[in-house]
Amino acid sequence: MRFAGVEIEDTYAEAFKMWGARLLVTGSSPEWARAAAEAAAGFAHSVIGCGCEAGVERFLSPEETPDGRPGATVLLFASSRKDLEKQLLLRVGQAVMTCPTSACYNALAGEEELSVGGKLRYFGDGWQGSKVLEGARFWRIPVMDGEFLVEDRFGIRRSIGGGNFLILGAEARAALEAAEAAVRVMRRVPGVILPFPGGIVRSGSKVGSRYKFLSASTNTSYCPSLRPLVESALPEGTNCVYEIVADGLEEDSLRQALRDGVKAACREGVCRISAGNYGGKLGQYVFTLRDLLGGDAP
Amino acid sequence: MKVLRPRCAFDVPVEAECLVPERLAEMTTEALLRLPLAYGRFSVPLGELFEVEADGAADAAVVLEGDFSRVKRIGENMAGGSLEIRGNAGMHLGAGMSGGTIRVLGDVDAWAGAMMSGGCIEITGNAGPSLAGAYPGETRGMRGGMVLVRGDTGLRAGERLRRGLVVVGGCTGDFPGLGMLAGTLVAFGTLGIRAGAGSKRGTLVALGGVRGEMLPTYREACVYRPVFLDRLLRFLEREGFSVTAEHRSGRFRRWVGDANELGKGEILVHEKDLQ
Repeated sequence: MRFAGVEIEDTYAEAFKMWGARLLVTGSSPEWARAAAEAAAGFAHSVIGCGCEAGVERFLSPEETPDGRPGATVLLFASSRKDLEKQLLLRVGQAVMTCPTSACYNALAGEEELSVGGKLRYFGDGWQGSKVLEGARFWRIPVMDGEFLVEDRFGIRRSIGGGNFLILGAEARAALEAAEAAVRVMRRVPGVILPFPGGIVRSGSKVGSRYKFLSASTNTSYCPSLRPLVESALPEGTNCVYEIVADGLEEDSLRQALRDGVKAACREGVCRISAGNYGGKLGQYVFTLRDLLGGDAP
Repeated sequence: MKVLRPRCAFDVPVEAECLVPERLAEMTTEALLRLPLAYGRFSVPLGELFEVEADGAADAAVVLEGDFSRVKRIGENMAGGSLEIRGNAGMHLGAGMSGGTIRVLGDVDAWAGAMMSGGCIEITGNAGPSLAGAYPGETRGMRGGMVLVRGDTGLRAGERLRRGLVVVGGCTGDFPGLGMLAGTLVAFGTLGIRAGAGSKRGTLVALGGVRGEMLPTYREACVYRPVFLDRLLRFLEREGFSVTAEHRSGRFRRWVGDANELGKGEILVHEKDLQ
């Protein structure tokens, strides 16, 4: 199957059950809102090494936020409720609260709730106070520039992580441009984030390694420099591969993002679109590339 | 929906604690007309004092049309449904209510929302003394819910307020937040004298300043802009209060007290000249 002249490999992306949360952070200016959001989503590229995957979902105008200040929504995904709670406490407590002028609200009506502000309040050392408004409790924690306002409870819901596809390019610049184009369209889909730097992964991994102390190592099958030396998955003429990884609050939105991304990546200089999987043994969700394109494919 | 209208002007007060939407919803018009009411020292059937119009729907919606300023205890202890009063209402409106909504297109007398624990009372006119207050001998006043007054209030608004939100579009009478325990009282106009006297916790917000001097048992902490007020003002703007650009961008002087008590209460006074 080909789309816009690019070969679509008959394979699938394997994705996993995760738990997700959505924070809404605000600041006194767009710059401080951005700083708080980026801090909350910092070093959260892979659950394996970072404990969670996170990203800025979108930036918000003052009219769109609960306190009338500029803001942003951040999505956080972790493998379990316990991990998500730990990461929420760490990130809201250490990244958002420390950021000047910030406030942090729940922005997800989840199937379950976790106490976040309710635990962080103890930082107030007895001087914290709470207010209930529109059915939600907020904690006012005194800090050096005034007060940090944080919502008591945050909704969480079952989500999906690890949706992916691979862009095999004939040339590095074309592959990167195709990946950038995919990122641009995928970031427009609500409820989806691309947790890696710039939304793109260059160091895709495989399970296992020749070293006993390492559980994952570079994805040799997709390293162009190793093509004649290993069992390569790359067709002749492939000189660069980028992977796009996406997490979503809902299967449909993740599917939409992957579909949009694959379509956008099919452009000149790309020889094939593939996807990463573990033979269907690990993930609970499957996104078949050809099904993604469905009736759109010529 | 049921609509009640007074048959005459009342010479003496009517005690109408039975005018509760969820109770009226279950009644036929005939049963409603037979409900006994205390009219002065007499017990009279409701039908003698009010005419009733019902559309047959079994919803918990009641409209009172006319002058109910001498009708006391309307909506007392109500737990749900809606009550709209197209005119003035008497004392103890919605006292002890735990749910539902009361809307008054007019003024209300004393003790409106006293010791309520939930639901919402909206008053488009003025409210009398002891709005959302505590009856004598009670340790706590309003314990939850919301009271929105577009006009002014009388003395002792929010006395011993324990939880909930009281918003006054105009000015409060004297002694607002007397002995306050927690909760929030916002005045778009001025707060009366001796604001927050004897309060332990809770927040008084004076968007129009404070009349008289602050109590000596309140100490000035700082001038800042609490983010919580941004959140609160945005909500109040949606509720139809006139939040100005000054309110949205101004700073607030924080006074903490009452030092005679726990001292964790606060009065946030809007500083008009500080943006």
